[in-house]
Amino acid sequence: MTFNTLNYSKMYNRRIAMRKGIGDAFYSLFLLSVLVGIIGLITLLVQVLTEGIPWLSWRFITSFPSRHPQEAGIFSALMGTIWLMGLTAVFTVPIGVGAAIYLEEYAPKNWLTRLIELNIANLASVPSIIYGLLGLTIFVGWMALGRSILAGALTLSLLVMPIVILASREAIKALPLTYREAAYALGATRWQVTKSVVVPAALPGILTGVILAMSRAIGEAAPVIAISALVYLTFIPTSPLDRFTVMPIQIFNWISRPQNEFRGLAAAGIIVLLIILLSMNALAIFLRNRYQVRTEV
Amino acid sequence: MQNSNYLYNSNILEVKNLNVWYRAFQALKEISLSIPRHHVIACIGPSGCGKSTFLRCFNRMNDLIPGTRISGQVLLDGQDIYNSGVDPTEIRTHIGMVFQKPNPFPKSIFDNVAFGLRINGFKGNIKEAVESSLRRAALWDEVKDRLNKSALTLSGGQQQRLCIARAIAIQPAVILMDEPCSALDPVATLKIEDLIAILKEEYTIVIVTHNIQQAARVSDYTAFFTMADDRSGILVEFGKTNEIFSNPKDKRTEDYITGRFG
Ligand SMILES: Nc1ncnc2c1ncn2[C@@H]1O[C@H](COP(=O)(O)OP(=O)(O)OP(=O)(O)O)[C@@H](O)[C@H]1O
Ligand SMILES: [Mg+2]
Repeated sequence: MTFNTLNYSKMYNRRIAMRKGIGDAFYSLFLLSVLVGIIGLITLLVQVLTEGIPWLSWRFITSFPSRHPQEAGIFSALMGTIWLMGLTAVFTVPIGVGAAIYLEEYAPKNWLTRLIELNIANLASVPSIIYGLLGLTIFVGWMALGRSILAGALTLSLLVMPIVILASREAIKALPLTYREAAYALGATRWQVTKSVVVPAALPGILTGVILAMSRAIGEAAPVIAISALVYLTFIPTSPLDRFTVMPIQIFNWISRPQNEFRGLAAAGIIVLLIILLSMNALAIFLRNRYQVRTEV
Repeated sequence: MQNSNYLYNSNILEVKNLNVWYRAFQALKEISLSIPRHHVIACIGPSGCGKSTFLRCFNRMNDLIPGTRISGQVLLDGQDIYNSGVDPTEIRTHIGMVFQKPNPFPKSIFDNVAFGLRINGFKGNIKEAVESSLRRAALWDEVKDRLNKSALTLSGGQQQRLCIARAIAIQPAVILMDEPCSALDPVATLKIEDLIAILKEEYTIVIVTHNIQQAARVSDYTAFFTMADDRSGILVEFGKTNEIFSNPKDKRTEDYITGRFG
């Protein structure tokens, strides 16, 4: 159908059908990419679930590792992971958020701060085993912390700190200048502006960054292997200076065994790890919504 | 003419030879004028002539922009607010500001008004102070049942009146308003204009507006700014609003208010 309302329409070569065709082609392409990703994920999940569920039980969660698959469990690794995450959070959150606030609100914008910013962005992409070796040298060696949870947590803190700093900075940067201006115009000092306006408004974003960082830390095996190197642990750590193991190491160990039963145990361990990860992400979403409800509607 | 003593008492703000630079660019050149207490002063002029810059000199908001330099004097009750011993934070408790776009904090209506009270260590009854500020801003009846709701649920006009309530809560002597109605519809604009007429009993108001009729309606005095050849802002004419509008002395003023320019 052609409309003849515009007598200068000859000046255009509109090719509407072709433009729409290109749009449709890209739409199909993107849909396909999404499908490939989802199908891959579902296959993985189905496989892990079918192998792991028969082994999943309360006994599995509360037992120590063993040479006999029927008696083996993930208790010490689970407790090690909880210890490690707790301590890592204690180190990462205040320092990471503090660094982000400093860089955004206080630091002068000069070549030195730009250099620091560039470095933080680069640190986020350094392979994690490098951090493991660094931690082994500094925390286990020089600081003589031994192969302890503390050394592991400090190492993981280095690893995920850039994520927390970057996410928090983005959250702070996203705040409109008008909030700050409004607060300053009421006679607020810089600290009052930061504490009462910037941090509360940026909190959802900061929380998301923290939980993202923790999710990354919880799945890391390489740096923790470098620090802890333990798999058979038949006691629960009771202090930050105790030795420890974590779930990814335990799972890795089970997978590398020849007997088929251990593969089932590994799958069961992966399920527990996934549940923890999903709960953490659910918590992130819950907190974000809660604060957004409080602040926006 | 009045004697100088009377002048000193009646002018709450005095600007003497004010120059402002953003790095190398001079945004305001040799501005001098006196602002009488409990009146409304309108600043008008073409876009980019430095009206906002001028307004932000009074509460030292320009201090927050790196590279800003200033010379000359701004006297608040005879004291130069740019003296080395003066803390801009304190100046801002005496000179409040309402911005072009309503900018309530993403907090409750109550907390928005209470914000200035809390950070300034208000010792009285916060609830009463919040209520009286909201009443004076002609917003109380509309929000009294939803004080704990987020301020962002209010309409644009209500948000702007909330910002006015927030500004007057800390009892400033002067309120600066930078195009406070430019984001509002005519009805909300009228409400703000009515409010300005009431507020001038207690406060001195300096308002920037692009709406010439609005300047004529709400202000007692009008300052007309324009740009010099080097784009820096200059004050062309300052005087009683009815005189400026009925009998402008400068050709540029006349062209602007009759709509032949800008
Ligand atoms: N932060 C800044 N850095 C550099 N130059 C600036 C800055 N703010 C304003 N200027 C310049 O100073 C001049 C005056 O700006 P100002 O915002 O005061 O004008 P205005 O009269 O308020 O304009 P409008 O009516 O459009 O709001 C303009 O030329 C502007 O480009
Ligand atoms: Mg302006």
